[in-house]
Amino acid sequence: MYRSHVLVCGGTGCTSSHSAEIIEALENELKNRGLENEVKVIKTGCFGLCALGPIMIVYPEGCFYSEVKVDDVPEIVEEHLLKGRMVKRLLYDETVRKDEIKPLSETNFYKKQHRVALRNCGVIDPENIEEYIAMDGYQALAKCLTELKPEDVIQIVKDSGLRGRGGGGFPTGLKWSFTAKNSADQKYVVCNADEGDPGAFMDRSVLEGDPHCIVEAMTICGYATGATEGYVYVRAEYPIAVHRLEIAIQQAKENGLLGKNIFNSGFDFDLHVRLGAGAFVCGEETALMTSIEGNRGEPRPRPPYPAVKGLFAKPTTENNVETFANIPQIVLHGAEFFNSMGTEKSSGTKVFALGGKINNTGLVEVPMGTTLREIIEDIGGGIPNGKKFKAAQTGGPSGGCIPASLIDTPIDYDNLTAIGCMMGSGGLIVMDEDNCMVDIAKFFLDFTVDESCGKCTPCRIGTKRMRELLEKITDGKATMDDLDELEKLAYYIKDNSLCGLGQTAPNPVLATLRFFKDEYIAHVVDKKCPAGVCKNLLKYTIDADKCKGCTACARKCPVGAISGTVKEPHTIDSNKCIKCGVCMDTCRFGAISKK
Amino acid sequence: MLKKISKIPFKGTPEQEAQLRAVIDECKDDKSLLMHVMQEAQAIYGYLPFEVQTMIADGMDVPLEKVYGVSTFYAQFALSPKGKYNVSVCLGTACYVKGSQSVLDKICEVLGIEAGECTEDGVFSIEACRCIGACGLAPVMTVNDEVYGKLTADDVPGILAKYQA
Repeated sequence: MYRSHVLVCGGTGCTSSHSAEIIEALENELKNRGLENEVKVIKTGCFGLCALGPIMIVYPEGCFYSEVKVDDVPEIVEEHLLKGRMVKRLLYDETVRKDEIKPLSETNFYKKQHRVALRNCGVIDPENIEEYIAMDGYQALAKCLTELKPEDVIQIVKDSGLRGRGGGGFPTGLKWSFTAKNSADQKYVVCNADEGDPGAFMDRSVLEGDPHCIVEAMTICGYATGATEGYVYVRAEYPIAVHRLEIAIQQAKENGLLGKNIFNSGFDFDLHVRLGAGAFVCGEETALMTSIEGNRGEPRPRPPYPAVKGLFAKPTTENNVETFANIPQIVLHGAEFFNSMGTEKSSGTKVFALGGKINNTGLVEVPMGTTLREIIEDIGGGIPNGKKFKAAQTGGPSGGCIPASLIDTPIDYDNLTAIGCMMGSGGLIVMDEDNCMVDIAKFFLDFTVDESCGKCTPCRIGTKRMRELLEKITDGKATMDDLDELEKLAYYIKDNSLCGLGQTAPNPVLATLRFFKDEYIAHVVDKKCPAGVCKNLLKYTIDADKCKGCTACARKCPVGAISGTVKEPHTIDSNKCIKCGVCMDTCRFGAISKK
Repeated sequence: MLKKISKIPFKGTPEQEAQLRAVIDECKDDKSLLMHVMQEAQAIYGYLPFEVQTMIADGMDVPLEKVYGVSTFYAQFALSPKGKYNVSVCLGTACYVKGSQSVLDKICEVLGIEAGECTEDGVFSIEACRCIGACGLAPVMTVNDEVYGKLTADDVPGILAKYQA
């Protein structure tokens, strides 16, 4: 028995800020003081509040230490673990109420969250199967194999109303039933962990924090659909996730929870891990299967659908990580448990990766139907530096944006589709008044142009032409006809591309055109960028009244565009100026402005 | 994605080849493991020259053009090695107008290779990059993590000489 447990986050975010070194220092320090049998250190998955990493929680008190450094370790051991006095300066201030510790669940960040897919992340040691089992792990699988028929399992998933969390929102139970009804000598289960949206990291966190739940869910899916082999396709950029998944598979095999004759039921299931090699299109389900087969990851036309002819031309069920993460809970607690959360047509919860201009960047899980306002203002802690919220981008390069005027929209699949947006995998990038929406659209199009696989013409050539039009706009060379052309092209690409990548690539442009047309018009007609981002439309000027003639800016200007004599106001030659902004950063009198 | 193909002669060691053969032997019965074998090969050699791709194609019994096709599809696979010293020249706007192109040209001239390539002895590789945020020092180049600013083409030989020992 340990009298105290110290949980340290070992997710990717905290690992980059040296949580591994903190754990090492902690273990050494405890050993030096002979406390190693009294205090247990556990490396967990992500707690979600990545902005405050590295994070450490000490139980039984429930002290939440944030932004811990290696140098803080001796003090924590000496004061807290030895003498029982909390190190107040390291406590997350939201958790302090007068002189007591407020439970984490009462802080604004966690209060409105409801963790189903993430329930074990930051709670258990992901590299220890016993901790997963202690949290009811593998019980759902046992229930399926010993009490339920495959069709019962599918019925439960259908009744739960679970929809694909990868972005499309297709009903999961229905998908399973399609594969189940096709007979074949071999069927497959595939887990899509090729999380490619810039700014999305929920699948990574599940794999890092709770890998066994994916192993369990895929085995359940295998049983329900009649598949005996599964593949997890993970991005090579997620080494920690791959490592923990491999450990989980090994441990499950050693414990008879994977392999031959699981739970003496006669059901066999085996699991393989395959690594991606840096291609965004492989997140598309048919492209992913082509890649697992060892080919260039190009998508295939559908039909035939994967349920008929998927991986290695056999019936295949493919779901994304977060979708699978919900399955054990649904089987264990029933469909009711799940569809009592969320909205009528979108049951359950959704994990979002909060990023961009927001105070609490990190991972949050909320019931479907939570409004964007609650996510941004209550959980996310609002926009930094008192700036004004402008829009939130959902669904990455395939998604759209939600403008400030729609901040009270309850977020679920259908509401987002209705406003021309998309749930996507759950990346939620917050933008403030300093972001230019045309520039954002161009950024995402740059991404899709780079990542288009080149198989079909609308996507390969169409996205390039769209980017050229956007460049024309941000350079101030476009006409209103170009705007019409841009929109026409966007719809053409949407309708005619082969796979999801091309069909959704124009979304960021269409969404910004819809909600921020005035910004486009400002670029086209007034040749101005209202947010002050698009360099070619900016002009730097020196306010003669404020300029002291200190010459600092002129000395820093890389192109010699600033002239003037000492102690006299200087001027900028806008023909020479390259808009690098160095002068503005240099000026100590606030005399330089850009418009 | 366009990839620069290395012109440097292949210098694999027998040890590296033995490692690769072992990987191939383990995987050759399952053709879907091609990407896995290529990932392992890149871990062994640092990149995937044609000689290595040919070994993989023969060992796995798949056409060479398929191996080549896969290697050019995924961003992770490199067809050209990186040198011990990777020289990166900023071609961002600020550096460009201050003449970084002539700095890059000079480096290419001194080392006898083009951007995206590596010298035969494996010491230097050159790449052109976008803005590294040091516009005040323009034009800028980096050698591994070391930053050199306010360059002229004439500075190039001296800087490279420091690494040529």
